[in-house]
Order: sequence, then C-alpha cells, then structure tokens
Amino acid sequence: MTEENTPENSPQKRGMPLWVQITVWSVLVALLVVVFMGLQRAQEGNVQTGEETGKFDFTMPLFEGYYHEGAQEISLTDLRGKIVVLNFWASWCVTCKDEAVELEEAWRYYQPDGEVVFIGIDYVDTEPEARVYLKRYDITYPNGPDMGTKISQAFRIQGVPETYFLDRDGVVKHVQLGPFQSTAQIMSIIDALLAE
Amino acid sequence: MLPSLGYGILVITMLVSIYSVSIAIYGETTKSAAMVESARRAMLLTLPLITAASLILIYLLINDRYDVEYVWSVTNRTMPTYLKITAWWGGQPGSLLFWSWLLSVFTASVTLRKWDRDRELLPWVLVVTGITLTFFISLIVFFENPFKLIPAGVQVPLDGRGLNPLLRHPGMIIHPPAQYLGFVSFTIPFAFAIAALITGRTDDRWIRITRKWTLWAWLFLSLGLVLGMRWAYDVLGWGGYWGWDPVEISALMPWLTGTAFLHSVMIQEKRGMLKHWNMILIILTFNLVIFGTFLTRSGVLSSVHAFAQSEIGPLFFIFIGATFVISFALLIHRWEDLKSGTEMKSMLSKEALFLLNNLLFLSLLVISFWGVIFPLLSELFTGSKVTVGPPFYERATGPVWGALMLLMGIAPLAAWGRSTLKTLGRAIWKPALAALLAPILAFSVGIRNWVALISFTLIALVITVSIREFWRGARARSRKSGGNFFIELWNLIKRNRRRYGGYIIHISMVLMGIGIIGIEFFQTDTQQHLAIGETIEISGYTLRYDRLDQFRHEDGRLITRGEMTLSKDGKFLETLAPRFDLYPDGQPMTIPAVRSTLVDDVYVILVNWEGITAESTPFKVYHNPLVKWVWIGGYLFVFGIFIAVGSDEERKKV
Amino acid sequence: MKKLNILTLFIILLSLFSVNTVAAQGGGDISDDEVNAIASELFCPVCENTPLDVCETQACKQWRELIRLKLSEGWTDAEIKQYFVDNYGARVLAEPPKEGFNLLVYFVPPAIILIGAVILFRAFKEWKNDNGEKDAPITEASPKSTRETSNPKDDYLAKFEEELRKRE
Repeated sequence: MTEENTPENSPQKRGMPLWVQITVWSVLVALLVVVFMGLQRAQEGNVQTGEETGKFDFTMPLFEGYYHEGAQEISLTDLRGKIVVLNFWASWCVTCKDEAVELEEAWRYYQPDGEVVFIGIDYVDTEPEARVYLKRYDITYPNGPDMGTKISQAFRIQGVPETYFLDRDGVVKHVQLGPFQSTAQIMSIIDALLAE
Repeated sequence: MLPSLGYGILVITMLVSIYSVSIAIYGETTKSAAMVESARRAMLLTLPLITAASLILIYLLINDRYDVEYVWSVTNRTMPTYLKITAWWGGQPGSLLFWSWLLSVFTASVTLRKWDRDRELLPWVLVVTGITLTFFISLIVFFENPFKLIPAGVQVPLDGRGLNPLLRHPGMIIHPPAQYLGFVSFTIPFAFAIAALITGRTDDRWIRITRKWTLWAWLFLSLGLVLGMRWAYDVLGWGGYWGWDPVEISALMPWLTGTAFLHSVMIQEKRGMLKHWNMILIILTFNLVIFGTFLTRSGVLSSVHAFAQSEIGPLFFIFIGATFVISFALLIHRWEDLKSGTEMKSMLSKEALFLLNNLLFLSLLVISFWGVIFPLLSELFTGSKVTVGPPFYERATGPVWGALMLLMGIAPLAAWGRSTLKTLGRAIWKPALAALLAPILAFSVGIRNWVALISFTLIALVITVSIREFWRGARARSRKSGGNFFIELWNLIKRNRRRYGGYIIHISMVLMGIGIIGIEFFQTDTQQHLAIGETIEISGYTLRYDRLDQFRHEDGRLITRGEMTLSKDGKFLETLAPRFDLYPDGQPMTIPAVRSTLVDDVYVILVNWEGITAESTPFKVYHNPLVKWVWIGGYLFVFGIFIAVGSDEERKKV
Repeated sequence: MKKLNILTLFIILLSLFSVNTVAAQGGGDISDDEVNAIASELFCPVCENTPLDVCETQACKQWRELIRLKLSEGWTDAEIKQYFVDNYGARVLAEPPKEGFNLLVYFVPPAIILIGAVILFRAFKEWKNDNGEKDAPITEASPKSTRETSNPKDDYLAKFEEELRKRE
C-alpha cells in the first residue's frame, strides 16, 4: 500500500483484459465520485447567507382560509421586490411554539406597508393538527404545507424551526436556526433589510 | 493532567506507527534486515502505548471525570461500573480508540509469529497494518479526541449525560466488541494478501498463513451479527430482529464476501484454482469493512445506528479511495502471475458448485450494496429522498437464500473433480426422500404457504445430508476399528475439523432459517387499548391485563410496568410484564416481555407512545412462530466455528 | 433528529395528563390494528428508517391519527399512501415508487447478477474445453460406491484419507 509500488504504468501487461480493467476503474471512480458528492452534501448544511434562491423557485398551496393577494397559493418569484420571511415549522415541534406569537406580532407590524411578506411553511405535518396550531396562535400570514418536502429539501433545512430572510432580489440575507428570542429580534433583522 | 497524558500517548503512538511504516519501506528497499526488525519492534510498541491510553480513558470513565467531554457525554453517576467501562465504545471517539486498540492487538500478535519461512512478506504486512493503524489513530488525534477537555472557563458539570439507554443492555457489552473484532481482524488476511501481491509470492502461502485469522474474523463478525439481532429483539421493541437498516447491511456485506472467501479458498487449496478470485474476495471484504465504517460514521447515510455528524468524513474518504485504488492496481499488476492451471471437469463437481455458491453470495452483496447506496444516488440525481426498506431486500434476497440452501444440500455430496447427474442423484435420493417428511409434517399442521413448504424441504435436506455425512464417516470408522460409534465420531471430527465444523455451521444456518421463515411468513400482531381485567386474544393465546405500576428505580428512571397473565385454553402459562423506562435525562426505552418456546414466542410491549392511562392502556402483542430457532442456530453456529477453527490432529503431528 | 425526539417526549408525557385532542376528531371506530396495517408499510418522514407503526415520536403519533381519520372517511389503503407521498415525499414508502430514475433500483441488481452468471458460465465452458476429456478419475459418489454394498464404508474412508492428504 505504498506509492512506489503502485504499478500505474502497467496497464498493457498481458494479464487482465483491457475492457475488464476499464470497467473496473470506471466503476471504482464512479463509486468514489458518488460517495464524495454524498459526503459533500452531508457536510453542506442548510442554505447559507448570500445564496440566491432563484434556482429553487416554488409555488406553494395555502391552507384553507389563507390567501395571498386573493389567490390560494403563493409563488416565491412573484415576491421579488419585497422582503420575504420564510418560516419552517410543524405542529409537533415544541420550540416552534416559542416563536409563534412573536412571528405573528412582527407580521402584523409590517403587513400594512406591504413591503414584507411572511410565509409559514408547514414541514411534514398533519393538516388537522396544523390547523389547530394556526388557530391557537391566531396566525394570519400565508401558511401552507410543504408538499413532498420539496421546499425544505431545497433549503436543506436541518430541523424546525428555521427561518430564512430574503432581500428584494431573493438573496438569503439572514438565517435563524431555532426559535427567535423576541419580536424585537425579528424586527431588527427585517429593519436592516428594509434599510438596504 | 491525566487527559493530556492520554492524548500525548496517542500522538506518540501515531508517530511510532508512522515510523514503523516508513522504516519498513526503507528497510525493504535497501534490503536492510535491521531496519525491518526495527519496524517490527516499533509496531509491537504501539500495543502497550494504546493500551495505556485506553486504560487512562477507562480510569477517567470510572472516576466520573466530567471535565473530559467524552466522559461527560457517555456516562453519569448512576451507571454501574461495568457500564462505565463499556462506555469506552459508547461514542465515536471512544469506539475509534477501541478499534485502534484491537487492531494493535492483532498487529502485535501477528508480528510475533515465526517469520522464518516468510521473511519477504513481513515488511509489507507491517506497512499495510501500520498504515491502517496510523489512519485510525490520526482520526482520533485530529478529529475525535476522547481526552478533549470541556472548554476552559466552563464549570465542570456535576453529572454526565449518561450512556444512551439503548446501549445499557448486557447484549451491548458483547455485541459491539464482537462486531469490531470481526471487522478489525480482516485487516490481517488483507495485509498478507497485499504483501503477497507486492512481493509476487502469489502461491497460496498467504492463504495458509491467514486461514486461522480468516476463520476467527468470520467467527466474530458472525457473532456480532447474531448478538446484534438478539439485542434488537430484546431491546428495540418492534417484534423483530433485523430491519435491513443501512448499518446492519454494512455489517452484513463483509460477512457475505467473507463467507464466499471461506468457501473459495478451499478450491484454491485443493485444486490450485481461483487465485485471482480469492484475492478479489479478500480485498473486497476489507474494503467493505472500511466502506461500511465510513458510511455509518461520516454522516453520509442516515440510520438508527449512525454516529453523530462528524468531521472525519474527508480523511476517511481519502483512505478509502487509496485502499480501493492501490489494491486493485496491485491486482491488475500481478494478474498474470496469479494465473493458475485450471481444470474444471464437470459442472456438478464440488468446485463448480462452490463457484455457484460464490455467485450467490456475490448476488446478495450486489443487492445489499445497491440498496444501501441507492438513496444516496436518488438524492444526488433527482433531488428526492427515497427509502429502500425491508420489502425490497426480502423480495430480492429471498430466492437467493433459497438457492443457497439448495446448494448446501447438494454440494457436500458432490465430489471434487468429477461428478455427474447420475452419481449425484444416487447420492441424494435417500436424504431427499427423508427431507420430504418435513413439508408433509408442515402441511399436516396446517401450513399452506408454498414458499414456506419449499423452504422447510430445503432445510430438512441440508440437515439430513449433513448428518448423514457424520453418520457415514463415523460408522465406517467404527466398523473398521470395531470401536465405539461416538468415540469414532469424535475422532472423525478431530481429523478434519474444518470439514465437519463446516457441516455443523450448515446445520446451524438452516436452523436459523427455520426461525426466519417463522417470522417472515407467520408473524401476527395486534394492538389494543385495555382496561384492567380485559383481555387480548392472539393465535390461541389469551393475555389478561392485571395491573399497572409506576415507580422510580434507584438509578432515577421512572418505570411504568404492566402485568399480564398469559394463558392458553384456559391454562395459566406465565405472567408477562412489559415495561417502559424513562431515564432522568428524558430518554425512553420500551422493554418487551417475551415468553419463548421452541414453537413460538409471545412478545408484548407497553405502547407508551400512544399514551398510557389507568383506564386504557395500549398493548401491542406479537406472535412470532419458531423465532427461538434463530438463537438456537446462532449458538450452534458459534460451536461449529469453534470446531472448525481448531487444529486438525493429523496436522499437528506433521 | 435526536433533538426533536427528546423534546417530543415531553409532549408525550404531557399528553398523559391532558385530554387527547386528536382522538376528539373522530375516527374512533377504527382499530389500532387497521391503522398499523397501513402504518407498518410507511416510514416515518422525519426519523431515519423507522416504520411508522413503531415510531415513538409525537409526529408519528399524529400521522397514525391521520391514517385513522382518513380510514374513517372511507379512504382506501392506496389513497392514503398516495396522500402521504404527495405530502411528505417518496421517502415515506418502504420502497421507491416504480417509476423514472427509481426503476434503476429494481433493474440494476438483476442485470449485474445476470452478467456475473454469464461470465461464470462462460468460464466453466472455457475450462472444460481447455482440458478436454483426458482423464476421468472416479471419485466419491461413483456408481460403484453407492450401489455395491460390499464395501462402501471403506471407500468413504479411503476418500476421506485421500482428501486429508491433498490438503498437506
């Protein structure tokens, strides 16, 4: 297993037929590439500040009783020009409950100006439970299920709650892993984005 | 102080091991025997060093040194001392140290053997084992230091987090060490194979030297698998023992190639054939061990067994890449030298059937490997995650296991060299006829599943054929010598231990097959909410719910314990008490209550996750027919390997 | 997901003392066995490799209740599974759906095994041809040894000794 003994220089030796050698090497290389990519993916973590979200555009259906500009669905690219707050949550998630009131408070503060849009993305949840949750915390910003976990996979979320702040160009400007401590914390992040 | 000493020793070990590798290469290239000798001694030195580091870690574990992160993360004050010791392998850093220690033990003992006849192999064996050891120790030194202190300024915690409750089981004391022993010991045959390739000494010397090692490695790997199954059955509380989880499959894959290897080396020993193939198999086995370890420890695959996210991935990847590339490059390099005078006279000869056996084992490998790797491929290429679960593996591997059983029934009757359908038919008809009793019996007790009936026939065939081999041999001997049948039986086994040990292993395998068929085809379960006094009926059994207790164990866990009376046809059988333990750190554990007989198991769990109240307590009951045969087969299996691994009397005299 | 497990455990504990909100939503006449029959064929969407019927988290409990609800509304097994796939992705199925890229999972292993079998078969033929029919040492299971009962036992022993010799 040492370098000097690796006979890279002897592919043409009589021995093993060339096609077998080529097959073995390509399978080996393919395997290593796949494993390498998998490793990279495993170590990549969630979408980071500064990433473009244009490449993972989505249109999300909204829960009954939730509307965005009259429609029962919301599309990320349509929101260019606005600050977008994407909040991933689930009704079975305990710490999500710690920030539900704060998020709603912040939403009610910004809603009248129409400069900021909050979207609640319900990650692998059951609809009846989700509706109970939304009602209990009186959440009014658009909320919908993450069908087939496509959105959460695009953002590579590591758990819930996670919140992504997108600027007017759809670039991720801030990522909050875990719950917010206070309404003021949410507002300070948004205010900074509005000031840009 | 002590933690720094431990870490210091590990750093020194790494340097010693690097020294040993380089000086072995240097000594070999300059033909300096003194240098090689120095490398050998350096390698020996790693054993006391790693032992010392391990002892320090154990000392810290036993003495509740929570200023050490690892100690804090795997022990707490309420754990008994034996569990604190087993916490040595209870987490990533510690288990890497344990792994390195085992490797060092094996390496040291192999360097102590008599090398007179194989001088030229020595430096390369040292190089291969040394590089492997260096790699594992550098993982510890650079990424996963078990002696790492909690950050300065942080108050030393009063108590630790404690070992994962799933690991606080007596089975956990032996399952991981057995599994690791199996993994690590394959390094030795691999090292000899590589040494043979490098030196060009490609006769079957390396196989003869490592025959014992391979058997021992196989023993431990098998033992690890069986113990893991037992542990899952007793602790995980889902009524089964094998869930086709990626980690389980990672442990199974080297076992498959290892088993194929054990069979095909016999062809090389007897007929001088298949030199290439045996090299490929041993290289594959070692690579699969490393690859499986990588998959489960790097966070690439997620699994119930997976260790926490880790930084060791990239370094591990480089090691794997290097091992794959170098071993296959060497193989191609020596391809011509490995050519052997092959003669295959009949498709029904023993060697042909052994090759078929290899094809089947490799088929199982292909299915397992593809199933494990596919979710990764799917995520990378389509962006969507998929699960490859039990139904896939069961459907794909089922027929292959069946074919293997058929082979186990036929191959012992086939002769080396030449066999024809006629001779084989003559040899097989009697045991086959006897074996037909099994499906008739099964049919008469009401089994109508044709797959199960076929399987029972095959199982019976293997048993009759194997037992007949013992019987024929012992009877022939006792007729000839006039001695006692059983004494002659023992003498017979002693004279060719591998052969007769092998037959015992075959029997044990199909006995396990009985249990597997029982659970695959005939398992039933039911889940019901009961009030006290109510009953559950399952497969003729009645379980009456008698009482529910909740109390605190002295180590702090809150135990919820239900009591049920198991009866059949109105006759009292046993009191079963399934439990739910809640550990102070919030970790739950569901402990089933099992009544096990040769015919069936009644397996009850308290379904804590559905919410337990006094008026309505959910119980889940599994009826697992024949599952005990899995464990019986398991014990017999270990016995069989012990028979096989011993030295033949004949040989000792020579 | 460990973080979630531990946290959800508290919820489980809390739910021991509180009225179960889910049970109030109907589906009361569907038995646990009917729910588990479907749940056992689905995998928990947030845990790793855990079938839904034996998964202990709060989330899984909700999913089982969802199955119960759908069953009480008269949904079929297939419809419920499809609902789970639409909502939580293909990973909830115990096997990849048989379509598109996923077909590879079903076709690659048989293809490789077949190739292996063909290679082995061809190697057999090659070996046989190489050696021709030169010699034919009759061995163990030869007709004589099994038919002639005169002295088959010794033949077995002779064979046995022969084998031992070969190994040395």
